[in-house]
Amino acid sequence: MTTVTGSAPAPLLRRILLQGQYEALTMLRNGEQLILAIVLPLLAMIGLTVTPLLDGLGDSRINVAVPGILALCAMSTAFTGQGISTGFDRRYGVLRFLSTTPLGRTGLIAGKIIAVLAVLFLQVLIVSGIALTLGWRPDPTGWLPGMGLLVLGAAAFTALGLLVAGTVRPEATLAITNLLWILLGALGGIVIPAPRLPGPAQDAVHFLPSGALGQGLRDAFLHGAVDGAAVLVLLLWLVVAGAAAIRWFKWN
Amino acid sequence: MRSPKSPVLSINGLIKDVGPLPTLDGRMLRVVSDVSLVAGRGEVTALLGANGAGKTTTIECAQGLQKRSGGTISLLGEDPGNARAELRSRVGVMLQDGGLPPSARPLPLLRHIAGMYRNPRPLDELVQRLGIDAFSRTTVRRLSGGQKQRLALAAALIGNPEVLFLDEPSAGLDPQSRQLVFGLISELRDSGMGIILTTHLMDDAQRLADYVYIIDAGRNVAEGTVAQLLQHHTPDMTRKDHVRTLHFEALPGLDFTGVLPAEVDIRETRAGSYSATGVLTPEDLAALTAWWAAHGVMPGSMSMEARSLEDVFLDISGREVR
Repeated sequence: MTTVTGSAPAPLLRRILLQGQYEALTMLRNGEQLILAIVLPLLAMIGLTVTPLLDGLGDSRINVAVPGILALCAMSTAFTGQGISTGFDRRYGVLRFLSTTPLGRTGLIAGKIIAVLAVLFLQVLIVSGIALTLGWRPDPTGWLPGMGLLVLGAAAFTALGLLVAGTVRPEATLAITNLLWILLGALGGIVIPAPRLPGPAQDAVHFLPSGALGQGLRDAFLHGAVDGAAVLVLLLWLVVAGAAAIRWFKWN
Repeated sequence: MRSPKSPVLSINGLIKDVGPLPTLDGRMLRVVSDVSLVAGRGEVTALLGANGAGKTTTIECAQGLQKRSGGTISLLGEDPGNARAELRSRVGVMLQDGGLPPSARPLPLLRHIAGMYRNPRPLDELVQRLGIDAFSRTTVRRLSGGQKQRLALAAALIGNPEVLFLDEPSAGLDPQSRQLVFGLISELRDSGMGIILTTHLMDDAQRLADYVYIIDAGRNVAEGTVAQLLQHHTPDMTRKDHVRTLHFEALPGLDFTGVLPAEVDIRETRAGSYSATGVLTPEDLAALTAWWAAHGVMPGSMSMEARSLEDVFLDISGREVR
């Protein structure tokens, strides 16, 4: 065998970007993840525009629906998708092996965040592209705060997904993240705004990451407004879930 | 403990507690209580022990994968507990469970891992050498145990490490893969790599290791070269009262009743394969060969059991199954 002298790590940024690219491609090649990330949100969008569920909450059904669908996309990829793949990577020792390479644990987490953001970017392109052709007319001043909120929401959901993936068995992660996706998707204030939810849920959802992200995005794209309360709630979830994940995440 | 010319790893008084465990009423379990070892450059150092002896825990502490509870570890002069990327790039790790994503394909996976290093080993050569080209596009979940092990070895070597950790490298290997992997390990050792491997197979240690540490119940119980271990722990084989086993192959169904003294246990272990165990005397051997001559029996093979590293190991760590 060739003897190559001098082992050295590739530069940090290159390692992280490589891992991000690799994980993003892995997510995009996974059929179930694509259903969760693209197909189901698009179906939900169509469902909300052909039913009268959102009537009276804005100038058109689609204008009210799309911000929530974008929030749902973030939850699909960052929470359910990333949670499940991390849970199984943990089971198969992938996290432990990669943490012995120059990538390391920090690089691994950074790579996952980049992968989530890359996939989310594609989701936003596809969903908003289709929505615009269907007549979505967002407030143009809403894009900047909207995208900021989406990134913040994705970060909070990633922290929550990693917390679940790092503490329970992968089968349980699969069950928990899928179940929460359905529950929060239906009743968490993410696609269906609080006023249309059953009584007790109306106030509670503002404190959930789903409700905060959904409401924050609706405020941005419907009115071009920044929802300070939503930002605060998402920041809080990010800090608490992130700290808990750092404290309790088991690598093996 | 010996002192190799150029140590790559030294562990001193390692302690590792796990828990608290509900099965122990919330107390901690000490899985490694006192392990010390030194591994050198250009050598294969083996940690030999039964399952659960603490071998994997020991090397995972050395790799920085587990936090130690006590003792000191120096890996290439640094503490692996907070290894920087520079240190990790000089150390290759092959985990016991492989650590490869089931949905990945070997070649893209290796290419990805190679990207983490500034000057990785040439991929083509490694892939060819380990026979990975034959299954380079098959997903990991569909590979055989031996194929997975070879891929995991390639993944550990791709960064061209100075130190290589192999946790049970022969697990799941078919004879051909074993030959291939063992040949490569010897070659890497000769090129100056410091190799540390764990195994519960005496044969692995006997074939590969320059120096062996026998670990039992979380502590060192013996160490030395294979030759030293065999010598130190072998009773004088010329002593007449030593129990031996004589194996021979002949026609099936032979009846040796009364040929040897009652204290010698002679039996047909499977059709045509016989073994006689006991304090065998020269007279016993003569009686046996005389019986063969009288009955026109010519054994296909015969051997008297030499002591193996396995016997040494069993003497040290006890024969009961734990």
